[in-house]
Amino acid sequence: MDNAVTAKKKWWSGGSSPFNVSYGKLMMWYFLISDAFTFGALLIAYGTQRFMAEAWPDPNVVFHSFPFMGHADMPLVFVSLMTFILIMSSVTMVLAVNAGHYMDRKSVVKWLSLTIIGGIMFLSCQAWEWMHLHEIGAWWGSNPFPNADGTAAISTNFVDFFFTITGFHGLHVTSGVVLNIIVLINVLKGTYEHRGHYEMVEKVGLYWHFVDLVWVFVFTCFYLL
Amino acid sequence: MAHTHNAADRQASIKKIWKTFWILLGITVVEVGMAFVHLELGWPSRMLLNALFIILTVAKAYYIVSEFMHLGHEIKNLVWTVLMPLTLFIWFIIAFLADGDSWKNMRRNAPSAPLPAEKVAPAHGGGNHH
Repeated sequence: MDNAVTAKKKWWSGGSSPFNVSYGKLMMWYFLISDAFTFGALLIAYGTQRFMAEAWPDPNVVFHSFPFMGHADMPLVFVSLMTFILIMSSVTMVLAVNAGHYMDRKSVVKWLSLTIIGGIMFLSCQAWEWMHLHEIGAWWGSNPFPNADGTAAISTNFVDFFFTITGFHGLHVTSGVVLNIIVLINVLKGTYEHRGHYEMVEKVGLYWHFVDLVWVFVFTCFYLL
Repeated sequence: MAHTHNAADRQASIKKIWKTFWILLGITVVEVGMAFVHLELGWPSRMLLNALFIILTVAKAYYIVSEFMHLGHEIKNLVWTVLMPLTLFIWFIIAFLADGDSWKNMRRNAPSAPLPAEKVAPAHGGGNHH
């Protein structure tokens, strides 16, 4: 694509997209911008509440468990694994997009399948984390965690925002997995082979990377800061 | 969109994808590592650590958007139409966090009932400068 772009080209004089991308990809970008503002609003509301609070729970105490490890104190380890899974699935997605550029159907099927598996693994991890937190008494409106400075919790803001934002992100991952499965079925049916390009893989790829991008911010805001 | 690709191009692009993966993984390992160092040694300070986390998060976001979402290889028109609206976040974040902090100070000075703002402001020297 790059070699078709010359500095002298008049992008706004009509005849071609001034953005040099197809309509579908441009609209996906616009959707992602609006979605970024939705997530941004949620995370900034969380930040505002945190700045308003005199004290706040310590994430290293709240998130210290790992499946099948009993009461072992392992802060951050499980969420690091979840982050790794999601980054990995982003890589397999971009490899599927890359294979699509070369009309390599077999590779697209392989990488897209691995992306779907990665997404399901991430969702399973999140389901375990939610169940674990629920078991120890955390839920919307129920905050069992003392503040980092040792004082008792006086509000449920921490758990409310945690479940709302990770839940909203999990919903995005779920719809991403569904979209990936639909596209995979079309790849297997030969729809894109017939169409002459695999652009649909690129579009769901953009969405999938965005979901990974949001997780980067959720990870920082809830688990690190 | 005609593609004039060959096997060598393909190998190069795949290599770049994996390079980006290692960068992202490396940054995450550094973040988690720093969190553990802080837990063990109490160093660096919370403030310094948070600044580091935010810088590293923005760096990760840059690599995901630029390489994985390919925005770094699109033409300027598209790059700007995506990034310009997002600059609103700069003020969005500053304004809301400052507001939260200001509320905390107001409530601290009036534990039982909220006071009018003009009575609270002098108590901590120009409260609207946070």
